[in-house]
Amino acid sequence: MTATARFWREFPARYNLIGVHCENCNQTYFPPRGICPNCTRKSFGKMRSRKLSGEGEVFSYTVVHDPHPEYELQVPYVMALVKMTEGVNLLAQVVDCEPKEVEVGKKVKVCFRKLRQEGESGIIHYGFKFKLVE
Amino acid sequence: MRQVAVIGAGDTKFGELWDSSFRQLGIEAGLAALQDAGVGSRSIDALYIGNMDAGRLVEQEHLGALLADYAGLSRDHIPAVRVEAAEASGALALHQAWQAVASGMYDIVVVGGAEKMTDVSDADAVRVRCAGIDQEWEGEVGATDIALHALMARRHMLDYGTTREQMAAVAVKNHANGSKNPKAHYRNTITADAVLKATPVATPFGVLDCAPVSDGAAALVLCPADKAKRFSEHPVRISGIGHACDTIALSSRRDICTMDAVVRAVKKGYHMARITPKDIDVVETHDTTTFTEICTIEDLLLVEKGAAGKMALDGATAIDGKIPVNPSGGLKSRGMPLGAIGVAQVVELVRQLRGKAEGRQVPNARTGMALNIGGTGGTACVTILEAMN
Repeated sequence: MTATARFWREFPARYNLIGVHCENCNQTYFPPRGICPNCTRKSFGKMRSRKLSGEGEVFSYTVVHDPHPEYELQVPYVMALVKMTEGVNLLAQVVDCEPKEVEVGKKVKVCFRKLRQEGESGIIHYGFKFKLVE
Repeated sequence: MRQVAVIGAGDTKFGELWDSSFRQLGIEAGLAALQDAGVGSRSIDALYIGNMDAGRLVEQEHLGALLADYAGLSRDHIPAVRVEAAEASGALALHQAWQAVASGMYDIVVVGGAEKMTDVSDADAVRVRCAGIDQEWEGEVGATDIALHALMARRHMLDYGTTREQMAAVAVKNHANGSKNPKAHYRNTITADAVLKATPVATPFGVLDCAPVSDGAAALVLCPADKAKRFSEHPVRISGIGHACDTIALSSRRDICTMDAVVRAVKKGYHMARITPKDIDVVETHDTTTFTEICTIEDLLLVEKGAAGKMALDGATAIDGKIPVNPSGGLKSRGMPLGAIGVAQVVELVRQLRGKAEGRQVPNARTGMALNIGGTGGTACVTILEAMN
């Protein structure tokens, strides 16, 4: 069991899909980071929060059958590397479909979901997942 | 910088070793290496320990001092260092020890790698395995270490035509090699059909694509190369090392089909050793999954990108093949005690270069290379070794 602050401080990015944008080179990053790896020192003070569109496509995926212990009730679930329209990749589950419906190249959009729960009376973790676009 | 040689090598059996504790495993490997070197423990100048997560696996930190003490060295008060870089902890400890000897700071240094994984439940062992990936942004949303390797594999299949049959051939080959290694965790041979039909873990991988949870330890004794013949009839020179890092989050990588850190590390290694990939006689690489062996052989520049799967299926990576890979059985069959991996790989190469790998000897092996990675390639450590006689 971990202290709530560890998760609470990530809420803005995790709940709203807010990354950062480097005003020096125009690259977008998710999760947020303080220094742009393209520009290093030149990015100091030029990293601005940027909400992602929430739209992208599946770049690669796997159906997880043997999960991290706190995800046992969700198996089998689909983990995908999603290429967002902003050019940044992020990792998330793809839900509301049968695993066999997920393919590389399929369009997806973000949704806000429960991620996991730390036991019956523990913290409930929420965050982003994706679903297929019809 | 001075040239550095390995004068002693030792390892424990890998597996579910319920009657051995963390410290017992570490000492068993260390004593075997010292005995092999013919060096008394009083001659040791320093100790380096690679370990990934004893804090969670046996609730013990402060491992350098602990193992120095149980090695009988508490009265000598030698310096002892613990090194951590997820599954690459072992090779990184070796690289730190190499620097200490090469720089002239120390003469005789012992490097150990050890992990005790079966004192916790399977679920807790999985938690520890996953600690080498980005927990906040990849672990938190449901990824495991194997799931990330699976994402790489799926894309590699699409981009390069790598097949499940090619991956299965890696597991079959590593079990065949491991069946000849008395210290391997799994000594059974397996068939490609069994790999393809095994219980799924994270598609496309089944359970026989994935390296197991193991206990085990390995150790090496290093000294300046010009003094090596005083101790050992068959010393092995560390002719090149390369260490590089990348994002630990897979989603932040330039390309998920290439481990850029491995490419960077191996280029450093080849440059230092003044050799090219053609000079390598035997390879120990980090096969977290069958696909990981295929991907890393490519990133070690031994073959062009996309060609390693076919090599596995054609038998080119078998002990009698063109580029023998993982004659020890690899992580898949020999076992995967996290922090011990990188040291154990070099123990195997020392055996191979001495011509003492009974039953699994690569003929005329003179130059060997080991690759130890952390996570999906956030850390890469390459070590190149050459027989000195």
